[in-house]
Amino acid sequence: MMQLRTKFFAAAACAFFLLFVVPVVIEISGRWDFYYTLTSVALLSIASAGVWLTFYIGRINIGQGAFALFGGYASAILVVKYGVSFWVTIPLAGLFCVLVALVIGFPILRLRGVYFAMVTLVMTEVARLTALALPITNGAKGISSIPLPGSISLFGITVVPDFSTLENVKLGFYYVAVVLMLLTFAGMYRLVNSRVGHLCRSLQQNEELASSIGVNIANLRLIAFSISSFLGGIAGAIFVGISQSIYPASFPVKDSVDFMLNCFLGGLGYVFGPMLGTLVNYFGWDLLFSAGEYQLLIYSTLLIGLMLALPNGLLSIFSKAKN
Amino acid sequence: MEQIIVNGLYMGAQYALIALGLTLIFSLMNVLNFAHGQLYVIGGFMTYTVSVKLGMPYIVALISAGVSLAIIGAILEKFLFRPVIKKSVREESTMLLAAGVAFFLDAAILLLFGEKQRGIPKIIDGVFNWDFIIIMPYDRILIGCLAVLIVILFIAYMQYSKAGRAMRALAQDKVAAQLMGVNIDRYSMIGFALAAMLAGVVGGLLVSITGVNLGMGGPTSIKAFMMVMIGGAGVIPGAIAGGFILGMMESVGLTVLSDFGDITYLVIFASLMLFLALRPQGLMGKPWG
Repeated sequence: MMQLRTKFFAAAACAFFLLFVVPVVIEISGRWDFYYTLTSVALLSIASAGVWLTFYIGRINIGQGAFALFGGYASAILVVKYGVSFWVTIPLAGLFCVLVALVIGFPILRLRGVYFAMVTLVMTEVARLTALALPITNGAKGISSIPLPGSISLFGITVVPDFSTLENVKLGFYYVAVVLMLLTFAGMYRLVNSRVGHLCRSLQQNEELASSIGVNIANLRLIAFSISSFLGGIAGAIFVGISQSIYPASFPVKDSVDFMLNCFLGGLGYVFGPMLGTLVNYFGWDLLFSAGEYQLLIYSTLLIGLMLALPNGLLSIFSKAKN
Repeated sequence: MEQIIVNGLYMGAQYALIALGLTLIFSLMNVLNFAHGQLYVIGGFMTYTVSVKLGMPYIVALISAGVSLAIIGAILEKFLFRPVIKKSVREESTMLLAAGVAFFLDAAILLLFGEKQRGIPKIIDGVFNWDFIIIMPYDRILIGCLAVLIVILFIAYMQYSKAGRAMRALAQDKVAAQLMGVNIDRYSMIGFALAAMLAGVVGGLLVSITGVNLGMGGPTSIKAFMMVMIGGAGVIPGAIAGGFILGMMESVGLTVLSDFGDITYLVIFASLMLFLALRPQGLMGKPWG
């Protein structure tokens, strides 16, 4: 076991690297577009962390795209129609997703294995079609020209400046996304190593057995699914803030599948798996852009190759070394 | 109304064939084959290439599509799914592999066959018209009958042949089947090849009516998942029932709900989720598949 101090230093080093070193490097190299890429990776990894948590209770979740869409629409509608501050809508979008997750999750969490996987996959499609059909979401036209986030003041001191006055909006969003990602993964790490986390692991192994020794499995499943949806919702809300628009097709089935792939890629047994998986998946795809028409071919070949070499995820390479 | 039912039956026969393959793979190996729709698209393109580009008769094209897909299926099982299943800690890892295979096949289809919509000329001309109550082109009737025939052949094969018996035994209980001397590796490969062949043959059948294009793979997979869920994963009669039910729902929905805009699929999906909430194992599935 790592010492508490070592862990703390590792976390601090990681935060320092992401919040100070990366911006300086980008500043020097002049690759401003990297801010957008890294922001996307951070947000996608937040959503993937949610999916990972549902994996942790033994459910394959291919429905995170639906919750990102719900969160995005919740935020967009609150900002545009009701004039709520963007910052307030982030937790509200998350809470809205929790509400949806509680309602939907109660029946569907009884499903297992491929049934749950397929229902959540279908749910992504339902979310898209609902967004197309409802009047409040404005159908296929979606909601666009959403204003940039405003400022936050605490006791008269401006904590976060108004984003429309910022010289570099991308940097602003980068900080928001990275801070949220660090908080998410710190929270996940804490959760997994807590009593609830151990109970979740018991669900993954054998639900009947867990239930027979007094674990309230129905509650636990709902809690995990709600947290997962909350993360999907806030990620979706911030994406909407960045792109200033949302459409029914903003989070298609492809995204839901990607969230799941990120978890697999990083490794299902590791808390930081989704973070690494998202980074590798996103950058891998981007780097292959130069391959032109062969992009998908090379990407999928690498994916299959990786699966053959490391079927338990990228991070399993370390545990192999230990053995 | 009669017209709607006939259309539904015709769609259902095609769907049942796709769902059969998916459920077979699932019951044998616990793999959710994301690439099933892509296999179907390859079957369509294969038929198109052989019959239009090479000028062979349709039936030859259909058979060659079936055979080549069976080979592709066998290769996928032997070199990709088998090693990964043996090495991975959690069964679900095969889903990443299946998704990778789906992407790979999509890319391969794009490079080999291009992105254009392809179709083949009508096999037979003419329209069946029964007093304007039921109107159906003859080629659709032929394709529908062929699909039903293949479903019956498949059931007979699973029921009476040695390989079919072995596969059913594997689906029931892997360990027990192995103890009785069933060669798991061999029959998993045969099953995968058979499933891929079914997908290819449906592609070959439908290319003569609706044509195929690159983008059909993913949506077809999702539809196939739905049929399997309706009937119950890993159960052969369930897959057939699921196929016919979905075909019927689409046919009825597209007619009845057309006044309310494009909400047929929303209604189908929502009712499916409701149905599964009440009956998680589908119509005929074992609880927890």
